[in-house]
This record gives sequence, C-alpha cells and structure tokens, in this order.
Amino acid sequence: MNWHNLLTVYLKELRDSLRDRRTLISMIVVPTLMIPGIMLTVLVVSTKVVNKAREEIPTVMVLGGDDSPVLRAALAANPKLHLVRTTTDWKQRISDKQLRAAVEIPAGFDAALDRGTPVEVKIYNYEGELRSGFAAGELRNFFNNYREKTVTARLVGRGLPAALVKPFEVKTQNVAPPEKVGGNLVGGMIPYLFILLCFTGAMYPAMDLTAGEKERGTMETILCSPVARIDLVLGKFLMVLTASLGTVVFSLTSMILSFVIGGSLFASSGAGVAVKKAAANMETIPMLDPVGVLTVLAMVLPVAVLFCAVLLAVSLYAKSIKEASSYVSPMIIVIIIPAMMGLLPGVELNARLALVPILNIALVSKELVSGVFHWNYLALIFGSTCLYAALALGLCVRMFNREEVMFRT
Amino acid sequence: MIETRHLTKIFHDKKRGEIRAVDDVSFTCRPGQIYGLLGANGAGKTTTLRLLATLLRPTRGGATVAGFDTVAESERVRASVGFLATSTALYGRLTARETIAYFGRLNGLSAAAVAERIARLADELDLHEFLDRRVEKYSTGMKQKTSIARTLVHDPAVLIFDEPTIGLDVMTARNIVRFVRDCRTRGKTVIYSTHIMSEVEKLCDIVGIIHRGRLVAEGTLDELRARYGQPDMEEIFVRAVGGEGEEAA
Repeated sequence: MNWHNLLTVYLKELRDSLRDRRTLISMIVVPTLMIPGIMLTVLVVSTKVVNKAREEIPTVMVLGGDDSPVLRAALAANPKLHLVRTTTDWKQRISDKQLRAAVEIPAGFDAALDRGTPVEVKIYNYEGELRSGFAAGELRNFFNNYREKTVTARLVGRGLPAALVKPFEVKTQNVAPPEKVGGNLVGGMIPYLFILLCFTGAMYPAMDLTAGEKERGTMETILCSPVARIDLVLGKFLMVLTASLGTVVFSLTSMILSFVIGGSLFASSGAGVAVKKAAANMETIPMLDPVGVLTVLAMVLPVAVLFCAVLLAVSLYAKSIKEASSYVSPMIIVIIIPAMMGLLPGVELNARLALVPILNIALVSKELVSGVFHWNYLALIFGSTCLYAALALGLCVRMFNREEVMFRT
Repeated sequence: MIETRHLTKIFHDKKRGEIRAVDDVSFTCRPGQIYGLLGANGAGKTTTLRLLATLLRPTRGGATVAGFDTVAESERVRASVGFLATSTALYGRLTARETIAYFGRLNGLSAAAVAERIARLADELDLHEFLDRRVEKYSTGMKQKTSIARTLVHDPAVLIFDEPTIGLDVMTARNIVRFVRDCRTRGKTVIYSTHIMSEVEKLCDIVGIIHRGRLVAEGTLDELRARYGQPDMEEIFVRAVGGEGEEAA
C-alpha cells in the first residue's frame, strides 16, 4: 500500500465530491435542513392537531331518556359537551364525522336510579377517530362522576361515610432512572436513525465514484496511471466513508441545534404549553445516557465501513449510475428490516442475534442509551461487524482487480 | 520500446462463447517510431492497446513495454506509458491544472516538479487561458489539449493512442496528429491505433493490419504497397483482410 497515492486519491475525490451539487445535497442539505425541518414540522403539526381536537367541545346526541329529566339536565349542564337535536340518522352522522358520539339512555333511568336498580348506558363512537375518541372519553368521565355522586348521595342519605366504597387508593410510581425510561421509549429509534443516515449518506458518492466514473469514461483514465488498485479502492472508500459519517454528524448536530433553538420557540407557542402540560403529568422526564449515545456512534462506525464497502462493490459492477441505483435502492429495505426488528418488543439480545449485522446494533443500542453496558455482547458485536466490514472491503478490492467487472460491456 | 510475443486475449461470453479478441499477435515498436495499428471496428485494436497499458491481462503470450513485463511489473509499465483514447475522459469538476497535478502526483512527481511540468505543458500546448477553469466548461479542443497534457505530465517513454481523433473536428484532429509527430521527434515509442487510412499514411513508420484479432499484415508503407501492388492504403487494407466480403462479414 502506498499512503502517498492513497491520500492523493482521497483528497482528489473529496475535492471533486465537494464540488458536486448532488453529493452536497445528500451529505449536507438533506441531513442539516430537511430531516430536522420535517421532524419539527411533524411535531408542531401533530401537537396542534391533537390540541385542536382536545379543545373542541364535541357534538353529542342523546338517544332516549325523555323520562329521565334529571340526567338530561345534568348532561345539558355539562359545559364540555354540546348536545344536538336527536335524529334517526345518528349512526351515519358519526360515520360522516358530523357527530362525534351518541349516548343511549335506557327508559326509566332516573326512576331506576332512585330504586337502586342497575341500568346500562351505551356510548356509540367512531373507533380510531381522534375527535370521536375524545367525545367518548368525555362522556365516560361524565357518567363516572355522575355514578360517584349518586353513590356518595346514597351513602350520606344512610348516614355512612363516603370512603365506604373507596377503602383504599391505588397509585403507580416509576422506579427506573430517567435514562432507562428514555432508552426504553426512543432507544430503538437512535440506531435506526444512525444506520439509515449512514447508508443514505454513502449511497450517492459510492455510485458516483464507481459506476459514475465508468459512465463518464474517467475510470479508464485513472486505471492507466501507476496507482495500485488497492490504493485507488481505499482512496475512494475513504471518501464514501467520509460522506457517510459526515451525513450522520451533520444530522446529529442539526437535530440537536433545532431541538434546542426550535424547542425554545416551540415552548412559547400554544403547542409548547400542551407538551409542557403532558411532561408535567409524567413523574419521570425521560433522558438518554450520553455515554451510551456516544458508544452507539462508535458501534455504528464498523457498520458504516460495511455499508460503504458493499455499496462500492455493488455500484462498481454497474455500467451506469442508473443501473447502480437499480441495484442499490432495494438494499434500503434489506437495511431497514433488521433495524426495525430491533424495535419490536420481546426481541432480546443473545449470542446468536449478536452475530446478525444491523439487528445486533439495533438491539444493543436500546440497552446502551439506557446506560446498560453488556461488555461481552458489545465485544462480540463490534468484532463480528468489523469482520464483515473487512470481508466487504476485501470483496471491493477483488472487484476492482477483475477486468470483467471494470470493463463490463 | 514495445515488444509483444504471441499476445492472446480470449473473452468468454455466455451467448457467443469463446471470443479471441487478440490472437497470437507479435510485433515490435522501437523508440522514435510510430507503429500504426490499423483495423476495422471490433478487430482487436483496443484490446491490444489495453493489454499493453496493463488494463487487461493476456490469456497467453506476453508483452514488454519500456523493458518491463506488462503482467509482472504492471505498475512500472503504467509509470512509463502515456495512454490517450477517446474513452479516457477528464474529471469535469476539476480544472486543467488540478487534473495535470493529480496525475503528476500519482506518477510520483514532487510538488515542485509538478508545478514545473504544468508551466512547461501550458506553454507548449497553450493552456494558460483556461488552466484554472473547470473542465466541464471546456470546448472539445480544450479538453483534448488537457488530455494531452495529462498524458505527458510524467514525460513517459512510451505513448499509446487509441483512435484519439474519433469524433473530433478537423482542427482538433490536426492538433492531435501534429502532437503525435512531435512525440516521434522527441524519440518516444509511439503506438497509434486507427481505422482512418489518411492518418496512417500521414503518421506511421510501420503499419500492422489487425483483423479478427490476428495481425494479418505488417511492414512499412512502401513494403505494404509493394507486397499488395497497390498505392492506396484503403485498397491495401481491403486486400490484407481478404476482400470486401470478408471485411463486411
């Protein structure tokens, strides 16, 4: 290996790529502007939609209950419900989202309550529809309160304490540290994001530096120079790795900045107040273990090497960028499936799964961001991924030495 | 000096089976000589030159270029060769200066030597006007001049030209022909492949006619004219390959 030539190739590829609009878009513009932009937009829009739905006073239709004026009056007096006139097409109106929910009151409800006879109230809603769900929830709250008031009134009427039917309270409290809660909530997403960014960042440069060069005729020019194939491969490989890791670093920096800057802007908005309220309801504010996050980054490094080498080898086989993208694009699915499997509940890390590339990183990362370090698995995963990366790089060098690949017609 | 000995290259194609692209070709080209490799499209010219430039490995036989074996000493061969073809393009996003410097450094030249070579080549080839502009903005003529500078940056002893004038306008093609002649004057070993008869007549000291991978005739222009009893190169070529029907086949 000639380090001077390797470095010369790398620096040339770096300069060439930094002048390429498409590489800049995939390496810098997309991760720094688009991804955080999309994420923030989704967060703001979804919070606003949920808040708007929550703030809406739902339209509710009361079915029956003409002989129960007390209940009807209580329902009408509830400021959180907007009662509408009863019609026969209430089912259709719920389906058409013109009506959020309906409540059916059995005949003689007030009288049955006075007698102490059990009765059944039915709530009709549109399952899975957010606003209809809120309306049904509001109705359930109303009837729970109404029931409690009725029970309390009966107990008091008989000279008994109200606590008679509520002898004890049940309360759930979290004991896991905040980073474990955070790791459990978003731990699986972190490596998923890193893996995807690593791959997408390497895709275009890998195709441009191999199939693109063949297409433009510059591959033959460089092969005529005295540079050894291994120096040429490693120089190109380092450039693709730079683009891949650059994409991750730019994305991370941009996401952190946008959450810090965007978060402060967001906090002053109405949507921010709602998020704050939601956070206040949680006993533990989820956090991520910073050392764990950095370890995930270190674990992703051999994966990036593996991706870059495989992408270079696959793209090199193609005669044009168009052909290369038809080979490379389906590989995203191959990457996503094991990364997503790591998000599934119940899939736990073991020695066998520690040897499955990508899935192993996804599984161990969940533990890492929670602050749990399984050193034996970490060593096994890092070692096996390094081995796969070395094999892929070896394959790449071999491909560069095969004339039927380099001069494929 | 270039010397080939029973040089053979066989490709295997799933549909067509075994293809003998170069079949038992032996010839010698000495310093200060232009060896013209004349043949129709697909005759085996490019494969022969790629074998000499070490881009391909021979199936049988061998070749030495500037005293180095093309298989055992491929890197030293490439360091002694300047290869120019229509298929050897330039990096569009680099300038001419960066392109020449890149190939100079890969050929082991120091930074000072690269700067000195760029200055000299820019004077000789009149590159100054566009030396620091990106290649993608060049005209065909500018690109061709930059390619020549790239080929000459390490002052190679051997120059290989594979149909370098294809697709070029008359003025640019004339510049190439003049440059090839200059190489001979400087004592370089030059091999020039073409299917343009007039270029052969203008340039070549020795002509080798290649047909279906085999070297079917070789000699100076006068020797070939005497052997085939024809003054016209085109007629000589047609007779050497076995007649018009054979060529069309």
